Amino acid sequence: MANKIEPKKTPMRERSPQVRVKDFNEVPYGYNDEEAIREAKRCLQCKRPTCVQGCPVEIDIPGFIEFIAQGDFTSAIKRLKEKNILPAVCGRVCPQEDQCEKVCVLAKKFEPVAIGRLERFAADWEAAQGESPIPQLPESTGKRVAVIGAGPGGLTVAGDLSRFGHAITIFEALHKPGGVLVYGIPEFRLPKKIIYGEVDYLVRCGVELKLDFVIGKTATIDQLFEEFDAVYIGTGAGLPWFMNIPGENLNGVYSANEYLTRANLMKAYLFPEYDTPIVRGKKVAVIGGGNVAMDCARTALRLGADEVRIVYRRSRKEMPAREEEIHHGEQEGIIFEFLTLPVKYLSNEYSWVKSMECLRMKLGEPDASGRRRPVPIEGSNYITEVDTVVCAIGQSPNPLIPQTTPDLKIGKWGNIEVDEKTGKTSKKGCWAGGDVVRGGATVILAMGDARVAARSMHEYLTTAVW
Amino acid sequence: MYKVLRREKIVPNIHLLVIESDAIHQNAQAGEFVVVRADEKGERIPLNLVDWDEKSVSMVFMEIGTSTRKLAALTAGDEIATLVGPLGKPTEMVQGKRILCLGGCYGIGALSPVIRAYKEHGNTVITAIEARSAFLLYWQEKLKKYSDEFYEITRDGTQGLQGHVNDFANEYLRTNQVDLVYAQGCTYLTYLTSETTRHRGIKTIVGLNPIMVDATGMCGVCRVIVGGETKFGCVDGPEFDGHQVDWENLLARRKIYLSDEVYSLSFFECETYG
Ligand SMILES: Cc1cc2nc3c(=O)[nH]c(=O)nc-3n(C[C@H](O)[C@H](O)[C@H](O)COP(=O)(O)OP(=O)(O)OC[C@H]3O[C@@H](n4cnc5c(N)ncnc54)[C@H](O)[C@@H]3O)c2cc1C
Ligand SMILES: Cc1cc2nc3c(=O)[nH]c(=O)nc-3n(C[C@H](O)[C@H](O)[C@H](O)COP(=O)(O)OP(=O)(O)OC[C@H]3O[C@@H](n4cnc5c(N)ncnc54)[C@H](O)[C@@H]3O)c2cc1C
Ligand code: SF4
Ligand code: SF4
Ligand code: FES
Repeated sequence: MANKIEPKKTPMRERSPQVRVKDFNEVPYGYNDEEAIREAKRCLQCKRPTCVQGCPVEIDIPGFIEFIAQGDFTSAIKRLKEKNILPAVCGRVCPQEDQCEKVCVLAKKFEPVAIGRLERFAADWEAAQGESPIPQLPESTGKRVAVIGAGPGGLTVAGDLSRFGHAITIFEALHKPGGVLVYGIPEFRLPKKIIYGEVDYLVRCGVELKLDFVIGKTATIDQLFEEFDAVYIGTGAGLPWFMNIPGENLNGVYSANEYLTRANLMKAYLFPEYDTPIVRGKKVAVIGGGNVAMDCARTALRLGADEVRIVYRRSRKEMPAREEEIHHGEQEGIIFEFLTLPVKYLSNEYSWVKSMECLRMKLGEPDASGRRRPVPIEGSNYITEVDTVVCAIGQSPNPLIPQTTPDLKIGKWGNIEVDEKTGKTSKKGCWAGGDVVRGGATVILAMGDARVAARSMHEYLTTAVW
Repeated sequence: MYKVLRREKIVPNIHLLVIESDAIHQNAQAGEFVVVRADEKGERIPLNLVDWDEKSVSMVFMEIGTSTRKLAALTAGDEIATLVGPLGKPTEMVQGKRILCLGGCYGIGALSPVIRAYKEHGNTVITAIEARSAFLLYWQEKLKKYSDEFYEITRDGTQGLQGHVNDFANEYLRTNQVDLVYAQGCTYLTYLTSETTRHRGIKTIVGLNPIMVDATGMCGVCRVIVGGETKFGCVDGPEFDGHQVDWENLLARRKIYLSDEVYSLSFFECETYG
């Protein structure tokens, strides 16, 4: 049996690095029908599939893959959507190598089944068939739920609860729904039309979407309770961190959030056709080593930079970014400067950043996260020229809601504290999940939290027991 | 989409914009602002709230670049793509104080809800507004309603006192006791005001206008240095103690996109007028 298995994943065709760095179009093409079927046939259809335990929302992985293997794509997508309302998104951005694919039995000897690519295939196939029909809507329960934040978490809660017949209104601060999927993750990794398509489907299913509505300002949570029976807080972790080093407020020094929001949400790469500008630096340094840093670096390249470097204080092994992103970045010519820490930005006579002073680091003892702690090498300071810096060192939850909701219990990082099993906050009728609880995490974890909360919310709405 | 109920030129280059909204009024307070986006391709820009009720919000804006040009071209019945608010912290209220309130250009409009609130809280309000010339002063009657004393200043002397607000403030503070100074308008005006009151040690609150994008504390472009600490203008402000503000940094940061703005405007004019 084993010798019949193709050891490697069916490759996914992608655009060549030289071509793709010139625009914002998506990098991989996705499988066609034959490729998908070929890859699906690599799955052993395990009786006790380990892959399912690796997926935070427990998708029936062998189930949907078997349908693909049989060429029954309609059933494949149906099976996927039982557990995941955003398969086109997760197929693209889930850290599969740390989740479902990591524990696929094939991974012991060979490459695992390309679960993410198959998921993406099924979802894209469905989208290509045109507008999906609306399911039969259940009878209304008369209960109203307010969902705060239209990120993957909020959208999942809305989808789940509307299926039970509750009336849902999503309140979103920005002028577009999607959360980080729209303002943060770039078009070349996740085309916006995928998310808008999913949101449109929710709206057709009767979910009300109120954009340009900031909870904590336009209305507080307590004001929402005058109209709604329950509230879900899925506001993400949108407050950017800075390092508090000299020169960080110079012109040309960005937070990742500003840089990506200008480029993605505001479409600054199409300036001046779109009105929002962005600095098109020639020598760009991106500080940090996660997905956010990789997205900023690859965006800078596409905005026409000659040289983009990732400056990270640990080594490549500790980089939290997904392997696929690092690989794509390397192909595109991003320079990696490991074991390096900026300590100061220097200015030209117009208050623009012109260079940065860095320190070399070495790895010391492991810290609380189990990763070896970087320690500065005395006297290793050096200065390097830059004209744009993007600081991508992390973010925490926005304080607007905590500040205006006194009875909400908040943790030390500004995160909302919840009961893990239900997603309940300290405030009656109020649930939370995703990045606002975890700090910067992942799309699928936000969706998993949302699913747990939706179940608990439904119970509360039908029994009134808190 | 949000319906424009009214857009009219008040004086050259300065317009009133009234937009339909049934949500913003319920929590709106003096000193807060909204973000608007004229159309799908537009930039998000902040404008102070000057008035609000169950059906609408009003702003006064100065026509400068592409975004404000687009707004200036609106007529009743048109729609804009984004309207969100109220945003920012409201003006901190005090009671029973003598407050000198200064405003110029769009800040004359932006001053009106603030002096009204000060007045309603039992303060004595001394208002002074500045423009380049008499024909650019506006809303005198409206502002007088909430002012115990009212002064006009023009740089060319065509109306009221000649000079800048800070010349007036200097004079006024020499002979009158004042507990608090409040200034609203362009950065130059708020800066000059702060420098004028600094050595007298009179607390001075200024409405700042750093560049913004989301205006909810998400991007950090609006950072201003206040008392040596980095603050986010949109959520920690936009009003700050003028004596604590790092003006050099603020003035520099407002120029980040200067050349882009000029380019954007010439592109817009070319697209619009051929
Ligand atoms: C650049 C970048 C790249 C990433 N790449 C990956 C990846 O490859 N794979 C992966 O799994 N994860 C990735 N992540 C992380 C992932 O995007 C997040 O974990 C996920 O989006 C969290 O979902 P959420 O629903 O909790 O919140 P968010 O997606 O943050 O959405 C929150 C929404 O709430 C809105 N909101 C906030 N405050 C208010 C308020 N007061 N009132 C109304 N609305 C409000 C926000 O505007 C936003 O739209 C990335 C993150 C970033 C920033
Ligand atoms: C809290 C706050 C309240 C404000 N209230 C008012 C008001 O009531 N009336 C009014 O006329 N103006 C107000 N402004 C200023 C107004 O936002 C800018 O004049 C406007 O953005 C200019 O846009 P533009 O495209 O027409 O001009 P541009 O040509 O783009 O820019 C002209 C100048 O405006 C500033 N600016 C540009 N883009 C932005 C932006 N996205 N956010 C902030 N500033 C920017 C820049 O410093 C620039 O030098 C306020 C600003 C802030 C921060
Ligand atoms: S949702 Fe993510 S973890 Fe789950 S099967 Fe899909 S790719 Fe794997
Ligand atoms: S563990 Fe791997 S081989 Fe087994 S069912 Fe899951 S995907 Fe298929
Ligand atoms: S405008 Fe983005 S944080 Fe203030």
